[in-house]
Amino acid sequence: MSEVFGIPLPALLGQLMLGLVNGCFYAMLSLGLAIIFGMLNIINFAHGALYMMGAVFTWIALAQFGIGYWWSLLLVPLVIALFGVMVERTMLRRLYKLDNLYGLLLTFGIALVTEGLFRHRYGVSGLPYSIPEAFSGTFNLGFMFLPKYRAWVIAASLLTCFTTWFVVERTQLGAYLRAATENPQLVQTFGINVPAMITITYAVGVGLAGLAGVLAAPATQISPLMGTNLIIVVFAVVVIGGMGSILGSIVTGLGLGLIEGLTKVFYSQASNSVVFLIMALVLLVRPAGLFGRER
Amino acid sequence: MSESTALEYLRVTDLHAFYGESHILHGIDFTVYRGELVTLLGRNGAGRTTTLKSILGLVGRRNGSIMVNGREVIQWPTHRIARLGVGYCPEERGIFSSLTTEENLTLPPRLTSEGMSLDEIYSMFPNLKERRRSQGTRLSGGEQQMLAMARILHTGARLLLLDEISEGLAPVIVQKLSEVILRLKDRGFTIVLVEQNFRFASTLADRMYVVERGRIAAEVRKDEINEKQQLLEELLGI
Ligand SMILES: Nc1ncnc2c1ncn2[C@@H]1O[C@H](COP(=O)(O)OP(=O)(O)OP(=O)(O)O)[C@@H](O)[C@H]1O
Ligand SMILES: [Mg+2]
Repeated sequence: MSEVFGIPLPALLGQLMLGLVNGCFYAMLSLGLAIIFGMLNIINFAHGALYMMGAVFTWIALAQFGIGYWWSLLLVPLVIALFGVMVERTMLRRLYKLDNLYGLLLTFGIALVTEGLFRHRYGVSGLPYSIPEAFSGTFNLGFMFLPKYRAWVIAASLLTCFTTWFVVERTQLGAYLRAATENPQLVQTFGINVPAMITITYAVGVGLAGLAGVLAAPATQISPLMGTNLIIVVFAVVVIGGMGSILGSIVTGLGLGLIEGLTKVFYSQASNSVVFLIMALVLLVRPAGLFGRER
Repeated sequence: MSESTALEYLRVTDLHAFYGESHILHGIDFTVYRGELVTLLGRNGAGRTTTLKSILGLVGRRNGSIMVNGREVIQWPTHRIARLGVGYCPEERGIFSSLTTEENLTLPPRLTSEGMSLDEIYSMFPNLKERRRSQGTRLSGGEQQMLAMARILHTGARLLLLDEISEGLAPVIVQKLSEVILRLKDRGFTIVLVEQNFRFASTLADRMYVVERGRIAAEVRKDEINEKQQLLEELLGI
């Protein structure tokens, strides 16, 4: 059997694949954070909680309403996005004129409250959700076995990331968005309803977190704490990639997932801290992040 | 143009504007008729930019009355006022650095079907055509100014609010801008021009208003410039 540095190739590829799956979640979550930060200029601390809500709602949909995975994939992100609309309209909107620290504190508060409520209701032991029929089993790629559900997660999130990137960077709507990031008032003098655009951006950003939550439901332990655990790494990803950069968040998310996977193979003790080590190094060399612009 | 029969395109009455606690405009009154070019003159800090911004609802708080083409817009949000066909060229030009020249030009959506085509705009501003793929903020000051104006001509706006377009530009460019403004007048645009450059303004204007400390201090018609010369000199310190 072939080996790389004494590690059997299938084991290495398996870890890389797992790293890539994690990277997909990092990418989707940091992407949402990036577009929200670009438009609203706030760091959405509620992002992890919304991801968790996405997963828990997927579980609730099945356990209580008999709504299966495919419908959840469509409906849960919409519900989360609507929740986002409500939050933006009733609360965040009031804070734009103040220091953006207030937005950060508000979303942090929302995260604590929602996580607290879900913990109170569902405990922390983890809710089971089985992989949908169509994706149970594995693909035999010849050199390794690839669980079908992992392949699906990778495909779905790459498609989501690409679509988001395309809309922001290559369409007229995206041009409004980019311009409004620079000078919202001026864009509004062109006749564009910027306040509505801000609401929609927030809704889409948190909708992405919801979608990531649905994708995660069959792949991980669904628990009210799952967001907190993940979001800390995601914030490190955002810092490494550069605040607000769309491409940066996607590439960095995927790349760091892979690096984490590799670290697990070669020096597993460091696998939980490697991202933060990279963050420290990047901050020393390029404080604005790999893809960020210095101000 | 005889004012009694002409159509009012913009009427500002008793306009007050505030930034936070500071009360900046103290009851501005003026009128602009369709197809007319009116300049707002005044010293630095007189409140001319604030007047333009108030028309579009870009100040903290405002009250009084603003009629655009017969409609009261004082309560309207900025984007709705713009959609009546109001184009705004800000003092700082507002070119977007994340967009190319041509993307800057085509960014604003068309408000009416009367907007100029890209070809017409490029024939009016050949420099912009040459540099259409450059990042917007890489253009020279004069080119950026032209881009900021061209951008609102493309939308089909009929009322143009232009803030200090001659500021900081070389005399040849200012000359070029005068020609552009005259062509726009020929095409029937209604223009409010905020200016510091009295010579530039006086050759173009049908009427001039002098703003002082948030109020209109004087109104001078084109044919009165000579007889009111002394008043103008006093108010503007020229
Ligand atoms: N954002 C703001 N917040 C508080 N005060 C402001 C703000 N913008 C302008 N002002 C004040 O309002 C007054 C009028 O300013 P405005 O920009 O309208 O003047 P202006 O006539 O355009 O002069 P100029 O452009 O030559 O400086 C000034 O005293 C200025 O200090
Ligand atoms: Mg000014």
